[in-house]
Amino acid sequence: MTILLEQEIRDALDTVKDPEIDAVSILDLGMFEAMEWTETAVGYDVRITLLPTFLGCPALEIIQKNTESALLQVPRVNTVKVVFLFDPPWTSDRITEQGIAGLKSFGIAPPRVVDGKWEIDCPYCGSTFVSIENLFGPTACRSILYCKSCKNPFEAMKPVSTLM
Amino acid sequence: MTEAERLALASLLYQLADDDFLYAYRGSEWLGLAPHIEEDVASSSIAQDSMGHAAMYYQLLEEIGEGKADALAHVRLAHERKNSVLVERVNGPGYYMENPEYDWAYAVVRNYCYTLAKKVRIDSLKKSSYAPLAALAVKINMELYYHLLHWQTWFTQLYQSTETARQKMDAALERVLADFGDLFDYGEATQLIDEMQLMEDQGVLLDRWYQALTPVLVDLNVTLPEMNMTYNGRNGEHSPDLNDALSTLGEVYLLDQSAVW
Ligand SMILES: [Zn+2]
Repeated sequence: MTILLEQEIRDALDTVKDPEIDAVSILDLGMFEAMEWTETAVGYDVRITLLPTFLGCPALEIIQKNTESALLQVPRVNTVKVVFLFDPPWTSDRITEQGIAGLKSFGIAPPRVVDGKWEIDCPYCGSTFVSIENLFGPTACRSILYCKSCKNPFEAMKPVSTLM
Repeated sequence: MTEAERLALASLLYQLADDDFLYAYRGSEWLGLAPHIEEDVASSSIAQDSMGHAAMYYQLLEEIGEGKADALAHVRLAHERKNSVLVERVNGPGYYMENPEYDWAYAVVRNYCYTLAKKVRIDSLKKSSYAPLAALAVKINMELYYHLLHWQTWFTQLYQSTETARQKMDAALERVLADFGDLFDYGEATQLIDEMQLMEDQGVLLDRWYQALTPVLVDLNVTLPEMNMTYNGRNGEHSPDLNDALSTLGEVYLLDQSAVW
């Protein structure tokens, strides 16, 4: 029963997409940290812990609401509480393989840190011959770049790492 | 924790929270006025991150019984504020809605000097004896990396451009340093903050700030003006600029106190 519920919750979390990048879910981004529940006569009271990517990210509130409504669709789930914690800190190495593929399909270079330095490959042609046009992009977590090989502008997700 | 210790912790958290709150507000006033569209995006992104940092410090204050985070941010009066005077100063004459004559050189110098100091403080907070604060510092540090890179680039590029730019930068540096004296100060809470090992001694932090800044200034052939203190913001002493900022900030909040900001 509990294994089934856990799987159902995970499936529901996988339907919650980043409001600004609908190719990746909060699971793909590694924002999910923990789930707990207590059983009552009327069903389950579920508590989900998420890790914010950037502390001032205005999308957090939307993610919180979307997570709540997705989980309320799960059978027997009665109440949902979503909390954000900054400890442990979210770091970009929490993004899954599937998340990396999703970002690329959206034209966003996934964050990559090699030897404490930010490495950026063009999501279209894979070239590393790129220039940073603006460190700050349309959202807190993204930068604007230009590929000098295939001449495409693109965005990159900023690495967030304790190594930098 | 004794009540005296709790108050010392609260004092430190107010200093950190109010600093980022006012810094973010002054940054957000540049929206639509920054030198170019890319900078508009960058400045507002940094302001948004910094407002997020302030919100987390207010959250920690709520957790130690100081009241609701939103109210702590918005309804405390000027004499209750513990931010450094540097971050409350106006961006220039006029209001952003009406004839703003903002000084970009001042913005760049203030933001660079403040962000470099924030980096030094955050590195110290990572070792704080108060675990929730140490954990928050780890998270903020990762975002700060980009802020510092951004302002350091502006700082060096403006100093290396025209003679006029250099003069404006020198004048701005003069004004920033005139207010910088309270930045690493802990005010009345100094002794307990030290005893509780919440954060390192202000002299140690100031030395680290000088050490980080000196190579940049040497490269640019800039002499650092004398550092002074006009008011000690850590003890609730402020310039009239703070009152104006708070009434603008408060106006929005008091319109609808239940709104999420
Ligand atoms: Zn390319």
